[in-house]
Amino acid sequence: MLQRIYDWVDERMDITPLWRDIADHEVPEHVNPAHHFSAFIYCFGGLTFFVTVIQILSGMFLTMYYVPDIINAYESVYYLQSEVAFGAIVRAMHHWGASVVIVMMFLHTLRVFFTGAYKKPRELNWVVGVLIFFVMLGLGLTGYLLPWDMKAYFATVVALEIMETVPIIGESLRTLLQGGEIVGAQTLARFFAIHVFFLPGALLGLLAAHFIMIRRQGISGPL
Amino acid sequence: MHRGKGMKFVGDSRVPAEKKPNIPKDYSEFPGKTEAFWPNFLLKEWLVGAVFLIGFLCMATAYPASLEGVADPTDSAYIPLPDWYFLFLYQLLKYQFASGDFELIGNVVIPGIAFGALLIAPWLDNGPERRPSRRPIATAMMMLGTIATIYLTWESVEEHDWEAAEEQGEIITDDDIIEVDQDARGYEIYEEQGCIECHGDQMEGAGAAGPDLYDLPYGAEDIAEIAVEGIGDMPAGLFDGDDEELEVLSEYIEANGQPDDGDDGEEDDDEDDNGDDEEDE
Repeated sequence: MLQRIYDWVDERMDITPLWRDIADHEVPEHVNPAHHFSAFIYCFGGLTFFVTVIQILSGMFLTMYYVPDIINAYESVYYLQSEVAFGAIVRAMHHWGASVVIVMMFLHTLRVFFTGAYKKPRELNWVVGVLIFFVMLGLGLTGYLLPWDMKAYFATVVALEIMETVPIIGESLRTLLQGGEIVGAQTLARFFAIHVFFLPGALLGLLAAHFIMIRRQGISGPL
Repeated sequence: MHRGKGMKFVGDSRVPAEKKPNIPKDYSEFPGKTEAFWPNFLLKEWLVGAVFLIGFLCMATAYPASLEGVADPTDSAYIPLPDWYFLFLYQLLKYQFASGDFELIGNVVIPGIAFGALLIAPWLDNGPERRPSRRPIATAMMMLGTIATIYLTWESVEEHDWEAAEEQGEIITDDDIIEVDQDARGYEIYEEQGCIECHGDQMEGAGAAGPDLYDLPYGAEDIAEIAVEGIGDMPAGLFDGDDEELEVLSEYIEANGQPDDGDDGEEDDDEDDNGDDEEDE
């Protein structure tokens, strides 16, 4: 049955080459922990992506309850945390996932660096990877404000104050992110938009570029 | 790939009519023990992923995300702290050489050089050698950066007053507020002596400024002493009334704002209702 559905679609769309491009590639011995246990260091990139998927899914569920305005934001998080079935677990997944993704990405960066995998011809993929790192830090910064509790508010005030001290662009940057004279309603709305639309959009584009380049060039050889 | 003349398409589309068989590549001729990603390796990878997921879910269930009280911009005594992965940048700005007049070094120069170098690493370290031992400068720089990041994060955690941080920002819900007897003489003194400013109009506390005064582990005499001499961050000499007032105040606080036989306070039924509610919960 499945085969017939596949054939039906394949006849019309010719998806076999696409499928072979995505699924059919080799896993060399030197990156396979089944053959060399030390190859587990090659897992960090995959784990980063795995946790990113957890972040996207848990984040999608969080937005079902979260209300991005200063009157209801805290109340909605409090309600999610204390009343909604499994709400505390989904929020904890998103909370801890943010930390785990940073740790995994840090380890992945060290692996790529110390195996010299960013050398010619993989320079561009390294640059894209560092950009992904920056986007992730941006997601962490903007997401921290959203619960609108004490630590969120004051951490954001400090972050914006530090940003403002950067010469030339500092003040404009703060105005852009803060959206007004104080950290308030507009700041929360902007951080929400950045956290939920702008940065995830950038992240998905960069991840696509990252993976297409890996597939194109193959994984770097053994040292 | 077949091109040009004689090519057949599906209907009037550009999809070729001749199908390629969906057969995986044969990796047996590849060097070493190469295996196919799909489905061999992916299956094993998913097993490891499942174990990781279970561990992660256990952690998420055992340690819920923290939530403090609702943001109160007027609480100027709150000690702010960014999330842990920004602590190294935050800590950098605390050093003399990177703050004040040298602020630029802490907020632009050092992070700019570090992250800029990270971004263009492939062109800074552009030799063909891949082994860390064969490119000592690149290895040393990365080690330095990693150790500095870990050290700064460590120092920041070390310097932060976690005990004070734990006390601040607590959630104050309506359930936590006991309605105190505002008609009692003790409340009058509580108001006059300025206790109200740091401990709230229901003795529920006011964030970092002052804790709540419910069920204190002190007797009336100790409370009287604290009111005069201070304790912790509370300075001495805040109370300047006479001894009789001090006694009324401390007894009032000891009784959680519910004096049994207030001098001129009326005992009304509202108070009793409140008491019953709390027993029910």
